Amino acid sequence: MYTDKVMDHFSNPRNIGSLENPSGVGEVGNARCGDIMKIYIKVENNIITDARFKTFGCGAAIATSSMATEMVKGKTLEEALNLTNKVVTEALGGLPNEKLHCSVLAEEAIHAAIADYREKQKSS
Amino acid sequence: MNKIYLDNAATTFVRREVADKMLSYFTDCYGNASSVYSTGRDAKKAIEDARRQVAKALNCQAAEVFFTSGGTESDNWAIKGAALANADKGKHIISSTIEHHAVLHTLEFLQKQGYEVTYVKVDEFGMVDPEDVRSAIREDTVLITIMAANNEIGTIQPISEIGRIARERKVLFHTDAVQAIGAIPVDVEEMGVDLLSLSAHKFYGPKGVGALYVRKGVRLEPLMHGGAQERGRRAGTENVPGIIGLGAAIEIAALKQKENAARIAALRDDLQQSILENIPEVRLNGHPVNRLPNNLNISVKYIEGEALLLMLDLAGIAGSSGSACTSGSLDPSHVLLAIGLPHEIAHGSLRLTLSEDTTREEIDEVKRVLPQIVQRLREMSPLYEKENHHVH
Repeated sequence: MYTDKVMDHFSNPRNIGSLENPSGVGEVGNARCGDIMKIYIKVENNIITDARFKTFGCGAAIATSSMATEMVKGKTLEEALNLTNKVVTEALGGLPNEKLHCSVLAEEAIHAAIADYREKQKSS
Repeated sequence: MNKIYLDNAATTFVRREVADKMLSYFTDCYGNASSVYSTGRDAKKAIEDARRQVAKALNCQAAEVFFTSGGTESDNWAIKGAALANADKGKHIISSTIEHHAVLHTLEFLQKQGYEVTYVKVDEFGMVDPEDVRSAIREDTVLITIMAANNEIGTIQPISEIGRIARERKVLFHTDAVQAIGAIPVDVEEMGVDLLSLSAHKFYGPKGVGALYVRKGVRLEPLMHGGAQERGRRAGTENVPGIIGLGAAIEIAALKQKENAARIAALRDDLQQSILENIPEVRLNGHPVNRLPNNLNISVKYIEGEALLLMLDLAGIAGSSGSACTSGSLDPSHVLLAIGLPHEIAHGSLRLTLSEDTTREEIDEVKRVLPQIVQRLREMSPLYEKENHHVH
């Protein structure tokens, strides 16, 4: 049911883990529904220089976290905010319908991490 | 890579000798069993032989055995058939919260038709209290349907006790014994049941064929209308090869039940002990003792079941899970929720069910691989980190 690309990102996920002193952290989802995604970003000069994730969830959730973190690296914050779940899903060669919400979660986690960064910027 | 198949509660392989017996009924003895010529008569005779094999395994009369397309049809027929035939007496049915969907969804359908259903609760081990069944019985109760053993957590229900209560109160009693055949002793007299469902592909027989035991004198409306097959109670040309396969499979299953149960349970217990000792924060689901010999169901904290299944599959091991992601719904297994597991723990469930061909080497491989996979997924999990585990 999963594409080779999904299985590749599931079995060899990129960017697993956390960052020390992250610029921003976004966490979305809840354990009750069976998926939580936490994304850490490092921002320098408005550019995401590093991204990591930790995910509690199914194969699709892990694969989209891996793909999304891979795709935001090197992007400006504005570009990263424009990264839609559709683009992430396409990069994975598609997801089964019932798993599309996993890609929405990845988009939301990135947005949350960027919002957290901007919040921190304001207060510092 | 050798595949290690540990999803035998989902389906089993077909025994070679069973498949061999079926073959000639596809190619040589293919006649319609309702016909008068010899190839039809031969098929008819083989069906009656299979019926006697089932009757012997269940300790009933051959005339009380009806062939169906499988467990789902048998459950549907028993419940709808008994409800419809006894509607003049009442429209109340008693069941449990952990039945198979073939039972639960049939009951939901009847509720929409004006029937009332009381679902008795189960305890933390998934066990029904027969006294709860007794208290649920009303003047208008026409049927009790409680499964013999649960397909997810393997808990074996006190069927004989419920049977005594049902008989005392003169209420029909159906049991879904789909997981029980070949795994535990099944005797309709001992159990005190009036109706019993079984399915061949759970005991090394073919898919697409099952049977319903209907005690002599029990009123049951047919589901299938048409020809006069199965003595007018289940229309449709008989699945002759399937029925032959079912008969052969149940005969062997009954003969080997005791020996198989002991051997398989020993392997299962070894796997269970190893997992509980070597993987922290794992919970055993189902009854610790009164459980199907081949069933092991655990919840692994901080990880999600589908991810676990995929990792196991990459390692050549096939299992199943009660997580929402594997059920195609938003909620995890109704059985795991019914035994009181919180959603997040239910999402992390893993069911491994052994077969009579499961080897010591295969179990050792699972013992070796599973802790590594769990650790890998936990290191990815933000829940694990939150619980102050040292992860870098």
